Amino acid sequence: MAFHKVNVTINGEMEQVVVPSNMTLMRMLREILAFTGTKNGCSAGECGACTVLLNGEPVNSCMVLAVECDGTEIITVEGLAGDKQLDPIQEAMIQEGGVQCGFCTPGILISSYALLKRNPNPSEDEIREALVGNLCRCTGYVRIIESVKEAAKRS
Amino acid sequence: MTKKFIGKRVKRNEDPRLLTGQALFVDDVEIPGMLHAAFLRSDYAHARLLSIDVSAARQRPGVVAVFTAEDMGEDWQPGPPLVSPPPTAKDVIFHSRRQVPLVKDKVRHAGEAIAVVIAESRYIAEDAVEDILVELEPLEAVSDLEKSLQEGSTLVHDDLESNLAAHLIQKKGDYEAAREKADLVITRRIVTDRGAAAAMENRGIVAHWDEKSQHLTVWDTTQAPIPIRNGLAARLGLSANQVRVIAPFVGGGFGPKMMMFYPEEMLIPWASMKLSRPIKWIEDRRENFYATTQERGQNHDVELALSRDGHILGLKDVFLHDTGAYDPYGLTIPLNTQCHLMGPYDIENFTSEVSVVFTNKTLVTPVRGAGRPQGIFIIERLLDIAAKELGIDQVEIRKRNLIPPEAFPYEHKIIDQAFAPLVLDSGNYWPVMKKALDMIGYDQFVKEEQPRLRAEGKYVGIGITPFIESTGVGPYEGARVTVEASGKVFVATGVGTQGQGHFTTFAQIVAEQLGVAVSDVRIVTGDTTEFHWGTGTFASRGAVVAGNAIHASASIVRQKVLKLACKILETPEEELELECGLVRVADTPHKSISLGELALLANPLRGAVEPGTEPGLEATAYFGPQYGATAFGTHAMIIEIDPETMMIAIKRYITVEDCGTVLNPLILEGQIHGGVSMGIGNAYYEKLHFDENGQLLNASFADYLIPSATEMPRIEVGHVETTSPLNELGTKGVGEAGTIPVPALFSQAIENALYNRELEILETPLSPNRLFELLVNEEKSR
Ligand code: FES
Ligand code: FES
Repeated sequence: MAFHKVNVTINGEMEQVVVPSNMTLMRMLREILAFTGTKNGCSAGECGACTVLLNGEPVNSCMVLAVECDGTEIITVEGLAGDKQLDPIQEAMIQEGGVQCGFCTPGILISSYALLKRNPNPSEDEIREALVGNLCRCTGYVRIIESVKEAAKRS
Repeated sequence: MTKKFIGKRVKRNEDPRLLTGQALFVDDVEIPGMLHAAFLRSDYAHARLLSIDVSAARQRPGVVAVFTAEDMGEDWQPGPPLVSPPPTAKDVIFHSRRQVPLVKDKVRHAGEAIAVVIAESRYIAEDAVEDILVELEPLEAVSDLEKSLQEGSTLVHDDLESNLAAHLIQKKGDYEAAREKADLVITRRIVTDRGAAAAMENRGIVAHWDEKSQHLTVWDTTQAPIPIRNGLAARLGLSANQVRVIAPFVGGGFGPKMMMFYPEEMLIPWASMKLSRPIKWIEDRRENFYATTQERGQNHDVELALSRDGHILGLKDVFLHDTGAYDPYGLTIPLNTQCHLMGPYDIENFTSEVSVVFTNKTLVTPVRGAGRPQGIFIIERLLDIAAKELGIDQVEIRKRNLIPPEAFPYEHKIIDQAFAPLVLDSGNYWPVMKKALDMIGYDQFVKEEQPRLRAEGKYVGIGITPFIESTGVGPYEGARVTVEASGKVFVATGVGTQGQGHFTTFAQIVAEQLGVAVSDVRIVTGDTTEFHWGTGTFASRGAVVAGNAIHASASIVRQKVLKLACKILETPEEELELECGLVRVADTPHKSISLGELALLANPLRGAVEPGTEPGLEATAYFGPQYGATAFGTHAMIIEIDPETMMIAIKRYITVEDCGTVLNPLILEGQIHGGVSMGIGNAYYEKLHFDENGQLLNASFADYLIPSATEMPRIEVGHVETTSPLNELGTKGVGEAGTIPVPALFSQAIENALYNRELEILETPLSPNRLFELLVNEEKSR
């Protein structure tokens, strides 16, 4: 197996890692860099628990090879909050009760965050569309959708 | 006394960690020197294991060990029975056949584990699985319930005479006599099929045997850490104090994470002891579809006898229940079905005969609902058919049969899942149903809106389904509540948490007694070193049973606080109040002492104490209900069906719940929303398709569709509170309530929407395709 050097900026910090060719971005984040906030629900691009921002776009990190990420900028759930301040979407999820078991939550947060960046005032349908790739088995999405609406109001 | 914390929309204590990626899940555990496991699983559902050669796998660089059943020697043993077998009453048959750690002679379901590889990385372990040479002789698979009991059927367990796992008859009154008197007898075959729990987190285990300290630590995605600790200690020859089981944050449970023991749950700790190395195994999604338990396959032949005015005279149900390849969970699910077949209705004559059958399919254990949705589906379908045949309104026929409020506690004269008499503790059903009707605007919809929309060519329908849910079953839970010198309160209890918000609701219960902020109560659940006794989180019992144990402990601590403060403040106890972390004199609030100071005084370093004094402000108490509390609710919805695609748009969805005292509406509503979404999946999207060879055809989220954000409607939740007399808080459980009535509700609403078709839905789950097929069949039969 060949190994590759990859330079990435993760949550604002420069990192250099050496990864085997077959390693996914998800595994690089979780296993090499210990950003375990990114979750593995299927490793097949079907659940969205592993969603991260890659150059500002939400992607399923289980479907991206780590070597492809050389020179990119990545944001994970660990990078959403400022020093002491949670991001409005995180605050809204607390207020509206958008979290239950929390396993889908990192992916949901990233997809919602990306939505609000490109569309600060999404309609309910736009919110649902933006979250269609993020499965949640606990909440029925009801309060997650309310949380995104609330975050839009706050930011 | 008005409540300050209980019943309030308190924000969850656990959220900040979950929202910033700091919460520990099993897969996040990392230990230096940790090895990784992967399993070889059978592709066949039924096959004889002829030979297995693991030598190539053992030689692969990075492989540390490969184990087969033979390598386990004496340690190879079937799992323990999970629930006690039924009492050996007359006519009760029960053959206990429990899952095995690794296949020894015969594979009994696709995905059953044959060997485990332990290697330096998961990649190596998975590659080495491919190196194993295994020779399997395929056998005819038993897949269909009916066929499994036919003469000459292949046997899942060769030592039994047939595939019958259990048989039980329950009777109340005299059904045959009631039938004689009936004006109408409805006879139908109704079928329910399998679905998956599909928690977003797959199962996982990390086991760490430390040779030097002779101590085993296990992180497990279990709903029941304490029974796992007890079972591991017993099987591995350790004392319970040498084993610590931690269920950290768990990404959804829904029942299957309460199976004991999964083969992996025993093997990984066992292998860690053998190798003296920490080992991690994380299930992948495909394994989750094959090897994690499932539920809901039943075939019912049922009869409902009614009088002309719609009163139910009797119900008879003969049914088959699919338990899969083994039956460690005994009769829990079919008993739950029997206990819900009569729904919320006053039925005097009842006969139910269940035959539990072995099949070559994944094991069946409770999945959110646990036999209840099937029971409710049967009775509600029958009432819909009866209403049509008798020309009585759907709501009216239900109203006429509801158990009246004065009949509680209502003795059902059959046995429940704990083999105890089924008693419905309390309830006032009609106001709940009425509230749902009002919220959805039933009369207005039926009289005005629906005719108008139908005239426009739209297929709009309404459904309304009442249901009961048995909850909060025993045997018991316990808790320890401690006021610390910081003034904060620490609570330990044995149940596990999979997203139910226990860190908050339990804190509210303590805050209510001790007058501290909810955020100052730290809860630990699911760590066996923190609390030694308990059973687990299942059957909608966490808030009821553990909640009341915490309430009991906190009440004792409150007494201790008052007693000590009374001396120090020289004020009678009755004049003291606990507020804002202080004990103060009600009339002179500046005369006060903080809980933290009291905790220090209760644990002096020097001096003498009165005989019999216990140190600290701490108490441990237990709660075991006399029997389970029964909740009630009603769901209602309005749908529109697209006649081209058979897709269903849910226009309104209402639930009204009566689950006794509400601890936290924010959390309660979240539980209901989630339950409804699983119910919608159960009703219209999710079905595990097994072929006649016992092969699962849709083992991925691409093929097995769970509701996503675009399918889920808004849900309007109404509350009614009829407190349970069975516990001090007056609570009933709600964890499964959202799921139970949904398949019945869907069928009713679909039939109502397709008013110009002679459609009778006698099966669940449906899907757009299946509905289309049913309509084609209906057209042919006209
Ligand atoms: S883990 Fe990447 S989509 Fe499921
Ligand atoms: S909160 Fe559990 S899966 Fe979404």
